[in-house]
Amino acid sequence: MTTTVPVPYRVTAATPETADTVSLELEPIERALPAFSPGRFAMVYAFGIGEVPISVSALRGRLVLTVRAVGAVTGALCQLRPGDAVGLRGPYGTGWDLDAAADSDLLVVAGGLGLAPLRPVVHQALDRPGRFGSLAVLVGARSPGELLYRAELPQWRTSVQVEVTVDQPDPTWRGTVGVVTALLDRIDLRLDRTRALVCGPEAMIRHTARALLARGLPARRLQTSLERNMRCGTGHCGHCQLGPLLLCLDGPVIGYERAEPLLAVREL
Amino acid sequence: MSTTTTPAAEGAVIGKDGLATLVDLLRARGFTVVGPTVRDGAIVLAELESADQLPYGWGVELEAGHYRLREREDGAAFAHAAGPQSWKTFLHPARVRQWRAERSDGQLVIEEDDTPPPRFAFLGVRPCDLRAIAVQDRVLTGGRHRDPVYQGRRSGAFLVAVECTEPGATCFCASMGTGPAAGPGYDLALTELVDADGHRFWIRSGSPEGADILAALPTSAASEAVCETARQAVASAADRMGRTMPDTDLRRLMAGTLDAPRWDDVASRCLTCGNCTMVCPTCYCTTTEDVTDLTGDHAERWRVWDVCFDLDFSQLHGGPVRPSARSRYRQWLTHKLGTWYDQFGSSGCVGCGRCIVWCPVAIDITEEAAALHDWADRPDGEP
Amino acid sequence: MTTLPPLLDALPEAHRDRLLALAHDRDFPDGSRLFDEGGPADRFWLVRSGEVALDVYVPGRPAPVVETLGAGQQLGWSWIFPPYRWHLGARAVGPVRAWELPAAEVRQLCADDPEFGYTLMRHCVEVIADRLQATRIRLLDLYAPVGGGPP
Ligand SMILES: Cc1cc2nc3c(=O)[nH]c(=O)nc-3n(C[C@H](O)[C@H](O)[C@H](O)COP(=O)(O)OP(=O)(O)OC[C@H]3O[C@@H](n4cnc5c(N)ncnc54)[C@H](O)[C@@H]3O)c2cc1C
Ligand code: SF4
Ligand code: SF4
Repeated sequence: MTTTVPVPYRVTAATPETADTVSLELEPIERALPAFSPGRFAMVYAFGIGEVPISVSALRGRLVLTVRAVGAVTGALCQLRPGDAVGLRGPYGTGWDLDAAADSDLLVVAGGLGLAPLRPVVHQALDRPGRFGSLAVLVGARSPGELLYRAELPQWRTSVQVEVTVDQPDPTWRGTVGVVTALLDRIDLRLDRTRALVCGPEAMIRHTARALLARGLPARRLQTSLERNMRCGTGHCGHCQLGPLLLCLDGPVIGYERAEPLLAVREL
Repeated sequence: MSTTTTPAAEGAVIGKDGLATLVDLLRARGFTVVGPTVRDGAIVLAELESADQLPYGWGVELEAGHYRLREREDGAAFAHAAGPQSWKTFLHPARVRQWRAERSDGQLVIEEDDTPPPRFAFLGVRPCDLRAIAVQDRVLTGGRHRDPVYQGRRSGAFLVAVECTEPGATCFCASMGTGPAAGPGYDLALTELVDADGHRFWIRSGSPEGADILAALPTSAASEAVCETARQAVASAADRMGRTMPDTDLRRLMAGTLDAPRWDDVASRCLTCGNCTMVCPTCYCTTTEDVTDLTGDHAERWRVWDVCFDLDFSQLHGGPVRPSARSRYRQWLTHKLGTWYDQFGSSGCVGCGRCIVWCPVAIDITEEAAALHDWADRPDGEP
Repeated sequence: MTTLPPLLDALPEAHRDRLLALAHDRDFPDGSRLFDEGGPADRFWLVRSGEVALDVYVPGRPAPVVETLGAGQQLGWSWIFPPYRWHLGARAVGPVRAWELPAAEVRQLCADDPEFGYTLMRHCVEVIADRLQATRIRLLDLYAPVGGGPP
């Protein structure tokens, strides 16, 4: 078998997260793919429809993918029920550099679906106390109903600082309202020993990075995960170029000192 | 035997009959022989059943946006520059089925398409195209992952290079360092000579398999004079290139001119038709097509060439990353001449000139690079 | 929050002491209103702990929250310019502790000592610019289901 042929996996659970987002728990039907790590992604094949890149959103035993229905393939994936099969290739791309963060304070900033690829980082902190210096998780969502993993958050809060903000509160929301960067003022940032991991829509990434750099965090201690069109995941289709980078090989997780000048060029 | 100080006689000489034997021999050994032949007013690459199908007596007239066959009196077989196709048509086909999938009661079986590819022998690989194959080797099999389709077709391929003695008006391999002499990577290399001493080919081998084939051909010894004449013919071709790339660090030039007004200028001419990518021997981008039969239980994955000039190419949900023609032409050119180095360690352009010839509006890669170079070199303070 | 609010951090020590000399400790119980839209903006706060929701009065339904402010943040800038009226309302979400500063005295301090005034106003402008930027980002509706709203 080669890296272009998907390996069959079975859906063992399909959990709705929000109105348009589902978490799929998967197990190999026969052969398993090599182990994934946080930040890396799989190419996921919906039978007869197509294949799309999806980040791993949990790695505790079973592989979990959190998929938002935005089109044909993701729409089909969100319709899957336990027992259904998908094809999987991977793991592809770079992961979050967590070893470098072992002695650091880790700051996770996620916007919208950007929390999915960062959830395994939080899980590591919970499952292996002492893994990181400290961990603060800042989450921005459009509305309370669009907040991912809401049921899990109380458990996270037992050992991790979690701050959530929404753009559009509903009448029951008692939490913070505003952009995710406003949360930076609410946490104790020890800039000399913080590493930041940022994921979300590109404009949110740039805005968050600017706010962190303005506070004095060096760009080399900030990592982000970027999205581009990807057809193969193996560096052969040419779609995921961002200037000199092939994001399926050099990314999706890259250091901000590399990302910043590239994101500054329009339509690169 | 050759030494590094005085190039002396090496290789051998074959005549037209030797070339015919070469084709027969390769076919007898199970190769699908592909080479240039005249079809529909162009010199195309197609399977050859015999050397008679080679374009003896045909040359080409090339200009930006212009291609025409021209009869030659000398009867040369390889006195033509690049045509509309390149070897990627065979090594990296425009459409391949990668795998099939079947679904029944929650079971999913996916099987790689393992139809064994033909074993190709390419006759008449120009030095620029020999380099283009090496470039695609690196792109498709030189990295962390290998493309099995390309690898399957490439690993058994036998390459007969033919050096250039008649460059076209759109050729610039000399300034890209890719020709007109054949670089490494061939199994056999030929240099065609047509003069008072007759029509003949100086032939050398570049691999054990090449040497083996060469030993089976009707050859005569290569005199020092023949070798010298052939080398001279190739060397003088270097001075007759119709185009040149600006002599500068192109990678730096591309990285430093992303804001140049020239991109607007070229965008106002470019039709974003993608012809340049189709004819380019190194362009490799693909997309995927998934199809099912009527029952919906059998599916196939096809991989097809894709074009960075298409809007869809950079589609994210919400829209394309490169909506303007400016950004798409810029992507193509900066990738070819610049970021290819970052990604694959070499230039993505080998100077074959095809993109110039087949551009419907005569956009010329060397002219665009020169304009960017002029802009980068402009006196301080000018916009 | 163990560090000083950015505003106090930004002031040289002498200025900071003069400002804090004017400050009162205030506690607001959960749900209490700090001010209402249109009311006199005669003071402002530096939030020390807890959350304050800024809201807009809409008849017939609970006031929608447009933004919340928390520890370390400066609450209120309508006191800087005439007519010194609040543009939004503010309500404590949970218990809130804050330093309350009287607007007229602080304005007087600025007028008497332009260097102090300049530093303080520079900081206020920074806060305002920051909020404006945040508002613009939110206008993009980045996490919208498709495409992230207008480009
Ligand atoms: C590294 C990486 C990780 C990702 N992780 C997640 C995740 O964890 N969860 C999640 O829900 N989404 C994730 N995405 C985004 C997801 O891949 C796209 O939403 C998906 O490809 C859209 O495909 P579609 O057919 O459903 O949408 P459609 O709207 O039908 O797609 C229309 C066209 O958009 C294109 N398209 C849009 N985005 C992409 C893309 N990124 N790659 C390829 N084609 C694209 C395709 O050309 C497609 O034909 C990730 C993307 C990347 C690159
Ligand atoms: S860019 Fe043009 S000249 Fe260069 S290799 Fe491709 S087709 Fe040939
Ligand atoms: S440069 Fe020429 S060939 Fe290439 S896309 Fe533009 S118009 Fe077509």
